[in-house]
Amino acid sequence: MEEKKKRMALIASKGTLDMAYPPLILASTAGSMDVEVTIFFTLYGVDIINKKKYGSLKVAPIANPAMPSPIPMPNIIGMLPGMTAMGTSMMKGMIKKINWPTIPELVKTCLDLDVKMIACTPTLEMTGVKKEDLVEGVTVGGAAEFLDFALDANISLFI
Amino acid sequence: MEATKTIDCKGLNCPMPVVKTKKALSEMKPGEVLRMEATDKGSKSDITAFANRTGNELLEVKEEGGTFIFFLKKK
Repeated sequence: MEEKKKRMALIASKGTLDMAYPPLILASTAGSMDVEVTIFFTLYGVDIINKKKYGSLKVAPIANPAMPSPIPMPNIIGMLPGMTAMGTSMMKGMIKKINWPTIPELVKTCLDLDVKMIACTPTLEMTGVKKEDLVEGVTVGGAAEFLDFALDANISLFI
Repeated sequence: MEATKTIDCKGLNCPMPVVKTKKALSEMKPGEVLRMEATDKGSKSDITAFANRTGNELLEVKEEGGTFIFFLKKK
């Protein structure tokens, strides 16, 4: 008898470069371990699967005291013009150093592993993002569709 | 140990060694042996967990100068 597959349900709600990685890393790993995965992208999280945006996600130094800096500086400096670009470029450098895939590469890896990706319909409505703007393979849906999967999931995380 | 196929995951970090191992195994026949080399310090516990969960048997793990060498038998 075939054992019922384990399931993982994720909600990705953040659209910054740093917060785009955790759901995709968990999903690609779980997909590799024969776990059925659904990621529900909502609010800013939709940027992770928006073709116009997912290659240029940014990291915000302001209000992020953990943001590494070449020289010690007060966090309020993060609000100065150019600091987000600087922080993002530093983060991208660190990502490259450890050979991490880019967000578009990781999204493709997940889809190749049959990770199901759903974009939240009210978010699309609110932000004017069209289904054509989303990565091919991503579907659109609402909370009930996610819950239908999550109710039978072994892991549910809100990221 | 004899391997049917070898993949190099040296220099790659989580999640890529697991993802590439999965991909390589999916292209192999049951009973064939995959040799995977990685430098990710978490790969030993990651690949052990991967093997336990997927039923692909981890036949051997060895470490040579900072490189972990895994032998996995395809389920």
